Parts: sequence; structure tokens; C-alpha cells
Amino acid sequence: MPYTADKPGITPSAEALRARIPGWGADLDPADRPAFPREQPGIVTGAHWDLPVQQPDPGQRERSVEHRRLTPVFGTAQPLKGVAGAIRRYAYAKYSEGQAAHWLLLVVGDRVDAATAHVKSFTTLRPDNPLTESGVLGERGRRPVASRVGRGRIDLKHAWMDPLLVFGPWVVTAVVAVRLLRRIVRRQMR
Amino acid sequence: MKAMVYRGPYKIRVEEKPDPTLEHPNDAIVRVELASICGSDLHLYHGMMPDTRVGHTFGHEFIGTIEQVGSSVQNVKVGDRVMVPFNIYCGSCFFCSRGLFSNCHNVNPNATAVGGIYGYSHTTGGYDGGQAELVRVPFADVGPSVIPDGITAEDALLLTDAFSTGYFGAQLADIVEGDTAVVFGAGPVGLAAARSCWLMGAGRVIVVDYLDYRLEKAKSFAFAETVNFGQVDDIVRHLKNATEGLGADVVIDAVGAEADGHVMQHVTSAKFKMQGGSPVALNWAIDSVRKGGTVSVMGAYGPLFSAVKFGDAMNKGLTIRTNQAPVKRQWPRLWEHIRSGFISPRDLITHRIPLDEIADGYHVFSAKLDDCIKTVVTPA
Repeated sequence: MPYTADKPGITPSAEALRARIPGWGADLDPADRPAFPREQPGIVTGAHWDLPVQQPDPGQRERSVEHRRLTPVFGTAQPLKGVAGAIRRYAYAKYSEGQAAHWLLLVVGDRVDAATAHVKSFTTLRPDNPLTESGVLGERGRRPVASRVGRGRIDLKHAWMDPLLVFGPWVVTAVVAVRLLRRIVRRQMR
Repeated sequence: MKAMVYRGPYKIRVEEKPDPTLEHPNDAIVRVELASICGSDLHLYHGMMPDTRVGHTFGHEFIGTIEQVGSSVQNVKVGDRVMVPFNIYCGSCFFCSRGLFSNCHNVNPNATAVGGIYGYSHTTGGYDGGQAELVRVPFADVGPSVIPDGITAEDALLLTDAFSTGYFGAQLADIVEGDTAVVFGAGPVGLAAARSCWLMGAGRVIVVDYLDYRLEKAKSFAFAETVNFGQVDDIVRHLKNATEGLGADVVIDAVGAEADGHVMQHVTSAKFKMQGGSPVALNWAIDSVRKGGTVSVMGAYGPLFSAVKFGDAMNKGLTIRTNQAPVKRQWPRLWEHIRSGFISPRDLITHRIPLDEIADGYHVFSAKLDDCIKTVVTPA
């Protein structure tokens, strides 16, 4: 017990560990550890510039208000657009990274983005397919029952929520759409 | 080109997208040979990372062949077979010039708190990732390395993040000879961290998880003692008893944002996104490490707040060390360890799938079916 100065318990000897574990102690000397010290001023990186040249900005690239300038290089994967884009742009323009509103608005933007994308997909030749896109068909041949049952998996306490989270929005959307449609039809029949 | 595309939480598919183009003189375009699904990709897949946009292609672990280079590229050339670190970094800013490659200030306009990462939302810069046939690789003179002789494709792939991150986590723990190390999480990063603790001279390594098949892997791959926290009443008390009341000298959190073990913590974060992550493993780490010990955090958390027991951390005088791994700094030493036969990162791989089946691959990994630990994706 740690009530006296000696470290409690028995630690195997270095020889015993070296015999049992391939490579035991190979990096015992911190000098052999590549991340020691963590900061190494002047480390060789391959860069041959002091400041990289600026990547052209194709438009109004959003950026954190904590940045004083657009970074020299940036991703252009999915530019802001639509309602979700407006929410995200507001989050970037208004709030710093230190404010919860910044991140919460970005999460709201994500949900709006996903919902509008699903609705739009029905106007395309490839509408969203919850069966193939959720990967649930991949359960075939991957021991879906044996992987879950009788193995003491504590995540099963909340795993039942997953189908609700995946399919719930579809059901809600369908219910809302049917009610709206019914209301429109009733109005027209009056 | 063909690419994995995010459609919303829990939904992805493969689409035809325009080929990436050179957007900066130091860009390269890499044709992906192998990619893999990382545990942190699941945070995106589950909708936990803010500013994950529909249409985004995930994937920050990949190797491939350089197909095009920009006008200023001089350290690699077309046809080179390269491994690409998950970090995108310039090599010249305040942080990069000190070796903090994962904290680059010149590649991510969307946030200052995190650097650039391939395929990891716009919060890390808005770069499409490598679960695709082609990918844009910025700063080709800085990031990619030619895969050296004697290193297999799958070993190289595992060094682009998972194994290097685990190894980095063990380094941050500042292990001295004979230390007792506890690793929370027996996923690829946790297994790599546990294996690496021995390289640093640990005297005991204990891996904690709730999945028996992963704990079996911890025994065979990482030579570790194991504890299934689902089978003990109180994991902190169990670990204290296992260390004669002292606590572990170092604890590594290799779980991160979707930690299980406390239903409310998990549900409020992973399901309802009310926290940046479920800090269950982190809180256990704080409580099970000895006073004056070190907690190394490799688990990925989102940018929102989390309910962390910081009072215990302060009162115990802990050193908490963290960072995304600057993986390229780890490579020369890890190549040596592979050649010496000390480590075999590819032994973590359990599943290999074509890109067309990637939706199934994510589900199997997420639901932990078929004893899945690491899935490799082949675009071709």
C-alpha cells in the first residue's frame, strides 16, 4: 500500500520483460522517442518557403473570426450554400470558437443540411435509400445476433436508440408530409 | 471519380464526384491504393462533429501513388508511392517549425483550435478525404513520404494515423522503466498504445474495454493484462486494487467522444450531441491514475464542452498531455521497429472491403459486428 515510501507491488525485471515482449525497452531512453521533446525548434519539414503563397479564394470563403486572414491553403470540398450555408456563415461571422453558440449553430446547420439534402434527393434519379445508406444490409453474413447477444455488451443499453435516430426523421417527415397533403386536399375540396 | 459521400448522420453512399484538381502550387493529386476507416470517422458518421457537410468524403488514413504535382513541388514526383499523414500542414508556421505539425496555423481557416485533417469536416479545414479514388494532397513537399523498402502497404497505411497515434500517446505518457500503464480502449489506437508502452519500458500494461474480442486482441497483439469493465462493479476501484491502492503511473485515454460505461454521459453526447464527447473514459483515467501521475489523451473529442471531473485532476496533481499526433515525426522510428520485428501494425486489420461496400463497412464497424477492429478499403 502507498502508505510507505516504497512503490507497492512487484514489477517484473527488465530481463524477464525483454524475454517476453519483443522490443521491450527499445525506446526506454527518451532521446530515442521521436516526440521528445515535443517542441523542436528548427525541425526539418521539407518546406522551402517562409510563408506559403496564397491559394486563390474562389468566393467568400468562411473563416473563424479568430483568424486574422484567410489561411494560405484551405479546403474547397463543399462550399456554403442554401439555408444551411447561411446558418453556418452566420456562426462563423458572429461567434468565436470560444462561444458555444458558434458550435451549436454549426450543428443546427448540419441538421438543416441533412434534411434539405434528403428532401432534394427525391427530385433526383437517385433518392436517398435508408436501407443501403445506413449499411444495415451489411449485417448479412456478419453474425448480427452472435456479435450482440450473450457477450455482455453494455452498449446494448442504448443501441436501441440507433434505429430511432436513423429512421425516426424519415417517419416524422412522412407523417408531416401526409398531414400537409391532407390539409391541402381538404382546403381545395371546400 | 468514385468516392464515399456523407448524406447525414448514419447515412453514407458511394457517388461519382468531379476529380480533385491542383488548387495551390504545392498540391499533389494522389490515386488512393488503400484507405481505412478510423474510429474517429465514426464521430463524423454519427453526426457528432460540427460542420460536417452533406457531400463530404471522409478518410484521413490512406496511401497511394502521386498522379499530378503542382508547379512548386520538388520533394516528390509523379509515380511515387506515398504514405500520407492524416495531418495537413505547411511546415513553416510558428507551430510546424517547432514540430507541432498537427497544430498548423496555415491550413484551416475554419478554426484555430485544430489544424487541417483530410476528410474530417469543415471544422478541420474542409478537405475531402481518402475514401475515394483520388484525393488532393496539399503541401506535397511536407506531408507525404515515399513508402520505404521493406514496409508493406498495409503497415504503411496503419502508420498514417492509428498506430502512429497510439505510439505518440505512449510517448506523451512519459513512461519510465517499470511504470504501470493503463490503456482505456482496445480499438486500433488503444492496442497500438498498449504495444508501444512496452517499447518505452513499462513494467505492466493493462487494457480496459467491454468487448471481449478486443481484449483477446490486447492479449495477443499487445501482451497486455485485460479488464472487461462491464464485468466489474467499479473500474476505478478495480484498478486501484490491481495496483495495491496506488493507482497506475500513467493512463492513456484511447476512447474519446463516444465512450460507454455511463448511459447518461453516452446518450447526452453521442446521441443528443449536448456535449463535445462522453468523458467516461477520461474521468476514469483521472480517477484511476496515481497522484502525480500522467494522463495521456489520444481519444478524439468534439469542440463543445464535456463534463470532465477536473477537480480530481487538479487535486491529484496530474499532468494531462494531449494532442493530435504529428504522425510523420513518428515514422522513421516506427519503420525501424517494423524492420526489427518489434511491431506489426497490419495485424490490427480484421476486414478488407471494396469502396462500393463502404456503407456496410461503416455499419459493421459502428455496430461492432463480426469482431471488427480495423477495416481497410480498396478503391480500385
